[in-house]
Order: sequence, then C-alpha cells, then structure tokens
Amino acid sequence: MNRRLLPLAVTIGLFLAMVAFGAIRYDGFLAPQVFLNLLIDNAFLCVVAVGMTFVILSGGIDLSVGAVIALTTMLSAALLNAGWDPFAAMAVVLVFGAAFGALQGFLIQRFNLAPFIVTLAGMFLARGCCYLISTESIPIENATYAAIAQARIPLAPGASLTVGALIALAVVAAAMRVAHATEFGRTVYALGGGESSARLMGLAVDRTKIGVYLLSGCMAALAGIVMTFYMLSGYSLHAVGLELDAIAAVVIGGTLLAGGVGYIAGTLFGVLILGIIQTLIAFDGSLSSWWTRIVVGALLLLFCLLQRLFEGRTPRKT
Amino acid sequence: MNRAGLLWPAITLALLLIASAVFNPSFLTLAWRDGHLYGSVIDILNHAAPLMVVSMGMTLVIAVRGLDISVGAVVAIAAVVAALMIGGSYDANGAVASKYPLWLALATALTAAAACGLWNGLLVVKAGMQPIVATLILMVAGRGIAQLLTDGQIITVYYPPYFTIGNGFLLGIPVALWIAALLWLGLQLVLSRTALGLFVRAIGGNPEAARVAGVRAGAIVLCVYTFCGLAAGIAGLIVSSNVKSADANNAGQLFELDAILAVTLGGTALTGGRFNLAGTVLGALIIQTLTSMIYSLGVPSELNLLVKAALVFAVMLLQSAEFRALVARVARGKRAGATP
Repeated sequence: MNRRLLPLAVTIGLFLAMVAFGAIRYDGFLAPQVFLNLLIDNAFLCVVAVGMTFVILSGGIDLSVGAVIALTTMLSAALLNAGWDPFAAMAVVLVFGAAFGALQGFLIQRFNLAPFIVTLAGMFLARGCCYLISTESIPIENATYAAIAQARIPLAPGASLTVGALIALAVVAAAMRVAHATEFGRTVYALGGGESSARLMGLAVDRTKIGVYLLSGCMAALAGIVMTFYMLSGYSLHAVGLELDAIAAVVIGGTLLAGGVGYIAGTLFGVLILGIIQTLIAFDGSLSSWWTRIVVGALLLLFCLLQRLFEGRTPRKT
Repeated sequence: MNRAGLLWPAITLALLLIASAVFNPSFLTLAWRDGHLYGSVIDILNHAAPLMVVSMGMTLVIAVRGLDISVGAVVAIAAVVAALMIGGSYDANGAVASKYPLWLALATALTAAAACGLWNGLLVVKAGMQPIVATLILMVAGRGIAQLLTDGQIITVYYPPYFTIGNGFLLGIPVALWIAALLWLGLQLVLSRTALGLFVRAIGGNPEAARVAGVRAGAIVLCVYTFCGLAAGIAGLIVSSNVKSADANNAGQLFELDAILAVTLGGTALTGGRFNLAGTVLGALIIQTLTSMIYSLGVPSELNLLVKAALVFAVMLLQSAEFRALVARVARGKRAGATP
C-alpha cells in the first residue's frame, strides 16, 4: 500500500472502530439518522476544516477562522435585519470572508510574517468587529433563512439531511477536486513540501500562498452561513475555539502539520471522529462533556506520534 | 543591544501612561492607605503580575524557537489543584482550616504545572514535534483535565492565608508584584551571570550549530519548557488567590495569546535567538495599561480586542525586514522626488 495513504487508513479504521464500539455498547446507535446527525451537527466544522486543510497543506496555519465565523453570523444578522435580500447578504459575507483571508495572506506573503501571528491578530480583529456590531445575540427572523433552517431532505424513511449538511458534502467534493486536479491544488502541495523548491520549479508560489488564506477566509464565511442556518442568530461568542477543533480535525484526518502531505477525505473523517466522540458521550449519558476535550487531546497525541513514526520511516526530503 | 531594544516598548508605555494621566488627572497619584500603597499605577502593576510571570516563561520558550500555547490551560490546572487542596471549611471553633497544609497545596500545584511544562518539552525534544502542535495537545486536553478535577464546578476557597498571594501587601507593595519582581531578578541573574543565557541565544540562533558546538540543546530546551509550565503555575496561584476561587473553564483564558503578545511587544524575535526579558515585562505592562485605560475611559471593554489587533499588526510589521525595506524605499522615493 502507498505509504502516504497509511495515515488516512488509520483515521478511517479508527472511525469504524468507534462505530463498532458504539454499536456493541448502545442500543439504537446504528440508526441511519445517528450518522446523518454527525454531518448535520458538524456541518460548519466540516466546511471550515476543509479550508484549514488547504492552509495546513501549504505549511501555514489560520487561527482566525472561529472569529471570522462569528463575524459572519453577526454581519448576516445585521444585514438581514436591515432588510437585505437573504441571497445578497450571503454573497456579501462570502466576499467579505474571502477579502479578510486575502488580506491576511497578503501580509504573510508580502512581508514574510509568521502565519500564526498574522492570523492571531486577524482573530482579535474579527472578534473586536463583532462587538462593534453588537455585544448581544441578534436573532434572525428572515423567512427565507427560517425556511432553509427547517428544510429537511429525506433520504430514506426516518433519515434526512439539512441544507447545511448538503453544503458541507458539496464543499468536501469540490475541495477534493481542487486539491488533486487543479494547478492551484498541486501548487499547494508543492508549497507545503518546500517553498524554495516550488519557487525553483516556476510555480506561482506568491499567488497560491495568498490564495489558500483567501480560500480559508471564504470557507469560514460559508461555515458562518451554515451556522446561521443551524443557530438562526448572530452572536459574537459563536464558534469560540472552533479554530482548534478545525486544526484537530485536520491533524486527526492524517494531514501533516509540517505541510505537503494529507487528504481532504481524511479531514472529513477527522470531523466525523470529533462528532462521534460527542455522540458516544451523549449515548453514554454518565460521562461529562469535558471528556470530549480529553479524548480529543489524546487522539491528537496519538496521531502526532504516528506521524512522527511515518516521517521517521520515509527518507528525509531535505 | 539590550538597552536599544528596550527603547520602543518603553516609549510606548510612557505614551500610554501620559495619555492615561491626561484623560484622568488622578491617574498618577499615589496614596498611602491602610499600610500600603494605593493608586491606579499600583493596580496596573498588581493586575499585570500574572501576565508578567507567564510572559517571562514564554520569552525563554520563544527564544529557543519554541512556542507554548498551553499556558492558559496550565494556569487553570494549577489554580484548580491549589483550590481543591486548600478548599477551607469552618471547624468546630468557627476558625477556617485548609484541607491540606498551605505549603503542600502550593507545592503540589506548582509541581503539577511544572510537570505539564515537562510534558510539552518531552514532546518537542524527544518526540520531535513542532512546538505549536505539541502544546496544542495540552491546550485542548488541559482544560478538560482541570474540569475533570473540579467536576465542572467553580471551586471557592475560604482559607484567608491563601488570599495573601493575590491580594496581600508586603512593605506596602502587592505580594504578586514581589513575586514577579523576584522571578525577573532571579532569571536575569541566572541568564547573565551563567552561560545559560548564551546557550539559550545559541540554540535559538541555530540549534544545529549550538549542538555541534557542544551545547546540550535538548536538556536546555526541556528545562525551558518546564520553567514555562512552572511560571504558568505561579500565575495560576496568583489569579486564583486574587479571585478567591478557581474556575477550570475560564481561569487563564486567552493567557497564551496575551503572553505571546507581551513577548512580541517587548522586542523578542519570534524567530528565536534574540530575547529581551525586561522588554517582555514592559510588554505585559503595556497590555495591562491599555486594558485599564480602556476601562477607565468608559469605552466598551470589547474594543480592547481591536486595539490589541492594531498593536499586533503594528509590531509585527515593524519587525519585518521586508516592511522596513518598503518604508525605506518609499521614503527615499519621496526625497528623490522632492529634490529634482
């Protein structure tokens, strides 16, 4: 088997093992809706983690996504309450998210700044802007939004998906295509493998570097829209710490934090694993919510150690 | 070099203090009340103490090309351990007794914090993980562990001697400030009087070269992470003693970001090698002065985040060689245009 597929196989294996564990221990765990709910409840995480995957594949990191999601929900709520057309509002926040990401990417690329610090400042900026709009939660009463939020797409008797979950699946499909079948995607992998080599190969390194942050910002805005469907409100404290969940999902999905190695499909399974931990804890009923954090931390440790093991086996690149 | 590096943070802090004094004429007044110093400046120093302590640990970690984003979680763990071990209940005579002796509680809390730091160091040095990832694990799991210890409750402490750390005064000056000052003095002595400071700079400048030159880089980096954990533990004690309780969920929230900000403001290069401990202390003071100023001006405290964002952008651009080159080019271009 291709060695690069090994982390992905471990991720999928872990997911299946957790499903098997749940199926043996709890009645009704294997109901289709339990799995569809994994997608429904984690749709925004999935969207933002896909954007994060591109950033991490390129060797960077984006800490601003949680704050951008919160700002998106606030902007959407404010625009809708001001009487905007819902679809125009969605378009505006998507463009805004992309512009926010592109600005961070520009600073990182043009002035050779550390992505960690730039996106940290971006996080402060976006959360601060949320508070400028309002410090209170703003309910969304727009009829179109409410209709989308309540819409259910029936798949089978007793099994249905929401619009948000469909968007998440569409994003994953599109991202897989972008990552593996476009010039941009291949340049992202090359950039993560080694920036100077990518430059020497004549690839559009500068443009791609800005591009991944633009994409991540845009995905964060889209995740924010999905979240407004889910929560039907805008609030400056939405999605606090979501950037860590997104990074955890990417790492558990088998993407190397050093960049250059990883798959979008792995990220989808990373998100599903985070979701199934919560489902298992909910099914158990006696475990408290903080076990989620501890288990996620343990899984992060496991995957980072595994990655070191795989890296140790492959001959060094440099 | 050290003195030149202090210039910018010192000017920033001075400007902030002047601005505060202009907006609030009573800002700079110091009074002697109830046997201790009293005034806005003392408040700022007192409130900045935990951040100063954490930032000192962070400075050394960043100096060896590391990063520790778990300090906030470690603050929570230390606070929770101390609060759980002291607790405090009324005994038969109506006096308050602690569950375990105070010294044992403090020692256990600090040991737990140092162990967290050691764990981070082992992941970085022995497992060879990137510092962000290695400390991300504890950042995610640490708060969960703290919540597990407290069962999700906020632990209140009723034992007065414990409050001295965060609220007490010694010779008229807050105890927390004494702790921060002694720690700084100790570090400064160790780093300047022994070869340790040189080693830290060497490792940060070029880890491989330092190792080849015979510096035991691994052991030193391990010590630095352990110290950072210990510093976060001390801050946790100060914070929980100050509010007389420990909240696993919120104690030390965003501390990692403020500490990194303080280190950056103080002129320590995030790329490692060059560090400035005194600058870090000034950086922590700048952050706290800003926070106090925003509160006292009656501006919504949420604006704090925007101001911090602006500060980070300004500082990192000033540190960027590319940005300085751009500014120099623009300035030259203007001058050339003015004198044709």
